Amino acid sequence: MTTLATRVLIIGAGATGAGLLRDLALRGVQALLIEQRDVNSGASGGNHGLLHSGARYVASDREAAMECRAEGDILRRLAPQCIDDAGGLFVAVRGDDERYVSDFPGLCAKSGVPCRALELGTARAMEPALSQDIIAAFAVQDGAVDPFMLSLDNIAQGLSLGGGMRRNLAAVSMDVRHGRVGRVECRDMTTGENVTIEPELVINASGAWAGLIAALAGAQIGILYSMGSLVITQDRIATRVINRLRPPSDADILVPGGTVSILGTTSIRVPSPDGCRPSVAETDRIIDDARAMLPILERTRYIRAYAGVRPLVSLGPAGDDRAVSRGFALIDHAADGVDNFLTITGGKLTTYRLMAEKAADLACAKLGVSAPCRTRTEPLPPSSLGRWTEPGRGPKSWVESRAEDDIVLCECEMVSRGVIDAILDEAKDMRGRSMLKAIGMRSRVGKGPCQGGFCGPRITGHLYDREISTGTQGLAELKTFTERRWRGFSPILWGVPLMQADLQEALHCGAMDLEFGPPPSTTDEESEKCQATGELP
Amino acid sequence: MKKYDVMVIGSGFAGMAAALFAARRGLSVVQAGATGGIDFSTGFIDLLAVHPIAEQKVWEDPFAALAALRRDLPAHPFCRVSDGEIRLALEEFTSFLGEHGLCYRGREGKNTLTLTAAGTMKPTYLLPCTAWSGVEAWEAKAPALLVDFYGLKGLSARQIAEVRGDWPGLRTARVRFPGMGGELYPEHMAWSMADPARREELSKTVAPLAADVQYIGFPAILGMTDTGAVLSHMQELLGKKVFEIPTLPPSIAGPRLRAAFDRGLPPLGVRTCTQKLITRAVCSDEGFQFTAGSGSTSVELFAHSAILASGRFFGKGLKADRHSIREAVFDLPVTQPENRSLWHRPGFFDPRGHEVNQAGIETDNLLRPLDADGQPFHPRLRAAGAILAHQDWMRMKCGAGLAIATAYKAVISL
Repeated sequence: MTTLATRVLIIGAGATGAGLLRDLALRGVQALLIEQRDVNSGASGGNHGLLHSGARYVASDREAAMECRAEGDILRRLAPQCIDDAGGLFVAVRGDDERYVSDFPGLCAKSGVPCRALELGTARAMEPALSQDIIAAFAVQDGAVDPFMLSLDNIAQGLSLGGGMRRNLAAVSMDVRHGRVGRVECRDMTTGENVTIEPELVINASGAWAGLIAALAGAQIGILYSMGSLVITQDRIATRVINRLRPPSDADILVPGGTVSILGTTSIRVPSPDGCRPSVAETDRIIDDARAMLPILERTRYIRAYAGVRPLVSLGPAGDDRAVSRGFALIDHAADGVDNFLTITGGKLTTYRLMAEKAADLACAKLGVSAPCRTRTEPLPPSSLGRWTEPGRGPKSWVESRAEDDIVLCECEMVSRGVIDAILDEAKDMRGRSMLKAIGMRSRVGKGPCQGGFCGPRITGHLYDREISTGTQGLAELKTFTERRWRGFSPILWGVPLMQADLQEALHCGAMDLEFGPPPSTTDEESEKCQATGELP
Repeated sequence: MKKYDVMVIGSGFAGMAAALFAARRGLSVVQAGATGGIDFSTGFIDLLAVHPIAEQKVWEDPFAALAALRRDLPAHPFCRVSDGEIRLALEEFTSFLGEHGLCYRGREGKNTLTLTAAGTMKPTYLLPCTAWSGVEAWEAKAPALLVDFYGLKGLSARQIAEVRGDWPGLRTARVRFPGMGGELYPEHMAWSMADPARREELSKTVAPLAADVQYIGFPAILGMTDTGAVLSHMQELLGKKVFEIPTLPPSIAGPRLRAAFDRGLPPLGVRTCTQKLITRAVCSDEGFQFTAGSGSTSVELFAHSAILASGRFFGKGLKADRHSIREAVFDLPVTQPENRSLWHRPGFFDPRGHEVNQAGIETDNLLRPLDADGQPFHPRLRAAGAILAHQDWMRMKCGAGLAIATAYKAVISL
């Protein structure tokens, strides 16, 4: 059994936890970040990657709108490597609420969110995929952000300044005495080893899992779980972010993600943050709805779907909608009788830095540290950890700087063996339940049209060659990876993707009999627990 | 316009077999359609190894499995073909391949476990002779060396040795393939092995590593049209028994099969419209008029009878939109799950297989496709291979065998 001492323990390596590791490190406060799975495993990885201009919230939540605008400006300036400053449009189509349309520019002005009315012809010239039926269009300052690069770059700087991180380490219990968390008992999800952490202060940044983590310290947070599904197109449909100009609803936004576009999202109440997956019905609903704005969505090819769970925090009694609508929640559990325990949850990817700042401010006040926040002014340095998540980086590096005997292991996204080796060398402890899954999170592997059908077996062979896999472990991890990709692939199987799935099964089952042999390397904790219970109002 | 006796639609296993069987029976044959999955074939000819799939029950005797399957699944296409017809079909098919440089081998009435690129052992009925010594080596757990190549990504010898924990005598070595650098492709390597000098260089590289073994295994690159000769020369040079393991796609197995048919079918009078899909079909009492391909390179073809061997989604015999599955040439009714939510299961490797894989064309006992009223769509239209409903060739391990057997039945019932 291992015991680790740390000044601050951060639980959860989503964007907020990653931002906290960096924020505290820049203030000279030593911290350890733990994560039960891998970086961005929750909502930080399961979202559009939208950098909000704030315009989405001008009608419903002015405070959130203003926060988004201010934070968007900061990220564009300080983390440009993670941002595609594409700009955005808000468009209404025939049949949409015309009063909402006419109120929109005034509401934007009130929140200080820049917004410019466009001639319809101009809007269609800017984005030829737009429907002939649009009745209004406005330009705003939306953009796209690579959430994986963002978290990995935050973590990289945090680590370089003396922070620590453990992946695949789940907090399982907390020892609370005399109003303080003394020890946090954890389990290594790869080895099963028990690890004890003795922190001065604990920050719960576990997103949708915040209620479950708070309960370990005897504190209660009312959290509602809202699952959102999204689908990814094979090609980039539009240059800019395209929003439907109507009150926030399903399928109202298309965000560019490098060479693809991401369409979403839905909102379904689910009973647990674990085990959510996109479905055929959700995917169809998204496409049926969004094609009014972008008719090409009916005909275009899709790559996969995915889902994330948003935590909606109710500070007061359950059902207090005003509390639910707040952008994010910072909770000092001194009120629950635990003095060195904070929760920061809710919010948006765009405001992750502000959330980290506010939580770190409170933590520092409790620790008696007076160093001010520096993330508002210090650039976020690009890291080698984050660079391979960028679409197009693989092919570019292949063309410009490959070693003579290098070979391409993932042909869809042109990821070479050299890149895989660089990822493996840099993050040695990342294995978790499947080394392939971990590689996939840090690169474009498995994200192209084959969805891992071809690159999965090939990289498995390479992991055996490097003696990283032994026995039947590599096959078991390949199955884990394939099942994980299947969750997103199975909802979009018609047309060409169905042919691809046919081929994948012919290879994995028809040719290699992988349905026999070792089971996947984990009975996925995310498996069947989550059943939709009904839609949010 | 010339009127052919038979139009064969599809050029995968079922289409190739149908063209062969029809031409051998003196019929004039024209063939069109995509090659489908044959480019991704392992080269193994499965007959039937798993039934019921949900129980993952593996059979050593494929004919005993067939008897059980016919009892349990009366709609399975194997119910339209007798054991005798299956034996005749496989015999005729493999002897044709043998005449064109692709020798096949198996055990009468028994499935054989053979090595895959993943290191798993796959039950199959007939396998290329070039793989046979691998079966013997594994069964005897004999001292063996498995060689792979720098730059060839479709096969990791180390993976196979690790997965085969039951074969401690299996060692591995990675070597440079003579005369080639960078990324290697099995087809280039196989063609280059036609040169005896290349074989000598390769054996010089390998021989010093293999002093203490009885068998030497290679990724499948030992020749393209002359595998038997290449294999025996390598055995002679190395003084050991040599075998091949098919690589991950793109492997050499598909090109070898295509090469054998490309050489063997034209002398039988088969006309092939390579890689042209059928874009239009008009049926009448006289027969069928087809347009193969589109635009200026399209061809009009007229045939008295037709065999639909166009495969599934990958072969483009079936096509799907968000709502339903349709048959691509005649718009025949397709038996299918009620809606797309039921096509696939939540687990990719679910032993029951995916419902969509049982979708396909209904036929009568003569393999005549049925229309919406359950009547033959046309008296001289037949269907064969993977497009047939109520089978899951990937999970039952019956792909090539089902294709060849139903192609045979389709031809003899014309």
